[in-house]
Amino acid sequence: MKMKKLVSLLMVAALSASMLTGCGSSNDAAGSSDAATDTTAEGTENAAGGTLKIGGIGPLTGAAAVYGTAVANAAQLAVDEVNAAGGVNGMQLELNFQDDECDAEKSVNAYNTLKDWGMQMLVGSVTSGCSIAVSEYTKDDNMFQLTPSGSAVECVQYDNAFRVCFSDPNQGLASAQYIGENNLATKVAVIYDSSDIYSSGIYEKFAAEAANQPFEIVSAEAFTADNKTDFSVQLQKAKDAGADLVFLPIYYTEASLILSQADKMGYAPQFFGCDGLDGILNVENFDTSLAENVMLLTPFAADATDDLTVNFVKNYKDKFNGETPNQFAADTYDAIYAIKAAAEKAGITADMSVSDICEAMKAAMTEITVNGLTGTITWSADGEPTKEPKAVKIVNGSYTAM
Amino acid sequence: MIMMSEQKKTKGKLKLNKVTKNDLITYLMVVIAYVIVEILLKTGNLSSLLQGLLVPLCTYVILAVSLNLTVGILGELSLGHAGFMCIGAFSSALFSLGLKDSIANEGLRFFIAILVAAASAALCGILVGIPVLRLKGDYLAIVTLAFGEIIKNIINAIYLGVDSHGIHISMTDTMSLGLEPDGKVLIKGAQGITGTPHDSNFTIGVVLILLSLIIINNLVHSRTGRAVMSIRDNRIAAESVGINITKYKMIAFTISASLAGVAGALYSHNLSTLTALPKNFGYNMSIMILVFVVLGGIGNMRGSVIAAVILTLLPELLRGLNNYRMLIYAIVLIAMMLFNWSPRTVAWKEKMAEKLKRTKKEEV
Repeated sequence: MKMKKLVSLLMVAALSASMLTGCGSSNDAAGSSDAATDTTAEGTENAAGGTLKIGGIGPLTGAAAVYGTAVANAAQLAVDEVNAAGGVNGMQLELNFQDDECDAEKSVNAYNTLKDWGMQMLVGSVTSGCSIAVSEYTKDDNMFQLTPSGSAVECVQYDNAFRVCFSDPNQGLASAQYIGENNLATKVAVIYDSSDIYSSGIYEKFAAEAANQPFEIVSAEAFTADNKTDFSVQLQKAKDAGADLVFLPIYYTEASLILSQADKMGYAPQFFGCDGLDGILNVENFDTSLAENVMLLTPFAADATDDLTVNFVKNYKDKFNGETPNQFAADTYDAIYAIKAAAEKAGITADMSVSDICEAMKAAMTEITVNGLTGTITWSADGEPTKEPKAVKIVNGSYTAM
Repeated sequence: MIMMSEQKKTKGKLKLNKVTKNDLITYLMVVIAYVIVEILLKTGNLSSLLQGLLVPLCTYVILAVSLNLTVGILGELSLGHAGFMCIGAFSSALFSLGLKDSIANEGLRFFIAILVAAASAALCGILVGIPVLRLKGDYLAIVTLAFGEIIKNIINAIYLGVDSHGIHISMTDTMSLGLEPDGKVLIKGAQGITGTPHDSNFTIGVVLILLSLIIINNLVHSRTGRAVMSIRDNRIAAESVGINITKYKMIAFTISASLAGVAGALYSHNLSTLTALPKNFGYNMSIMILVFVVLGGIGNMRGSVIAAVILTLLPELLRGLNNYRMLIYAIVLIAMMLFNWSPRTVAWKEKMAEKLKRTKKEEV
């Protein structure tokens, strides 16, 4: 009897947990996909050249839902814009975005669902692990794959896969070189998330490159996804080692905690981060004055004043309940425009087979230049983008280019 | 004459032990399902989604059946089943990746990989079992839960590489492995194993399901199985007739663990990336497997198979509902659980079955 009780208790707990995750994510994403079906329905009716079916995969539920939702929203925004401007080669774009819960297995399921739907190109997956798993299948099907944010090296190991974001090693390298060239520090501490591919990927390359630079790494402390609320130990070690710069190749949620805990300790080194820190000014209940003078290398800043960014941020806010787009959204927006440019260059038509589209796109991707939100991007045949990382500094509560 | 031969037939049927018949129905069910799916596959009538789900289905069925051995037959609540699966997945993936070039024959390599998975999971089962199986009920549940989490965290911290000098292991990062330039990093800490060969397929999965069902059913009906069940039903009585409690508990627990390891091998050879996330090897997964077992009926192997298939298919088939998918899934799960196991519906179902029988008899 006792056991039965325990079992039923556990069941209830599990159920309520899954209910909660379901509820939490359906709020903002629901609006976007409703919008998706509306616009695409209109699109198909008007289109003369048929429709090009683009599939998207990313986490819309679960812990990584923030990223997946941003990608889904931005992709929808870009697709709507392209369609309103007359589409690609007279074709309208149709987007179908599937949830993968940030799980490689579910991501493959989502990919198969999209194949049943008739997808001709894939934008995804959002996270690295999922992207790698899916790329095994896109390779077999010869499906063109463009991941907006899969930053691990293996994401683009096959020639049908391309990416928009920087690769992890690239960011580590660029950060180390930037700190070295500008003589920002002599003693550097690193706090990174060892359970995250993005974070540890950057850290490894950063540490390797640090040997060639005029600074030394005095402490490198890791945390994992299971204990990312208290950073006093890591900060204390950095302080004891006398680090005058703390490198944070992590996402902004944890970084905001680190900043406020460092402040409480009375420790005020220079903080330096990567594109994951973008968004730190929008963290709820976070005193943004703490982020003052934080430096980050990011291809996108929502506060930039060029027309493209201003328009994008405004449209995004209007459409999605005033949310500020992050770097994931910007990468995705560029991804859709890269597809548009490449498809126009290659002369893709809606009745081409998946494999033919892939071959044509592969060649066209290396020839196009996209002037996007995250800079002027060109691609090489190995799928890596070339764009300039921009260093920005937070001054008076907003990003300022350095 | 005809009547006589019919009588003989029914007599022949009756001679077949009721338990054996029950087992045969389960095996037959799996085989028929396999044949139907194969026909659909050959004629091209199966959607890519379902094709992709075939191997995961096999994985979850094996997991459910193996956990049912611990929960249903041994009567102990284990919440660390995903931990054993994790061990099987990683050990077999490591084996396959390391010997990718030395063993060219895919079938042979995967066969050995499965054995490696089963052996390593069984070893962990024994290691965990020695201290843990002295506990009873809730305590055991909590310790196994902790075990599952420990496994996941340890694997997330291990870095393992190979070069001409041999194997290097580190717990900090890939740099500290000190590999030669020709070296290869096999396990990259939290990033797990990448590049596992795609060896598992549906046929192997079904064969493994049948094997695990046969192993478990034979165990249950053997002398050992009766001893295990007697411990479940009354520990003191079992002890008093001279049954070695720890030994029999250990046997059941280890077999259950090694079968979970086999499921892990099937899982890891279906995806090219293998990371130990809370999602796939955490306690969420352990509880998910327990849900299969409870929904299918504790101690009921056929029920576990059916429940695992339904609950794995359900969230995928609900994709049409977009963002309400997980919400609806949870509601359906509650409804199914109530329908299957609330005392009232159980009574109602019995009544209906009785009625059906009576009408049949009247017809005759």
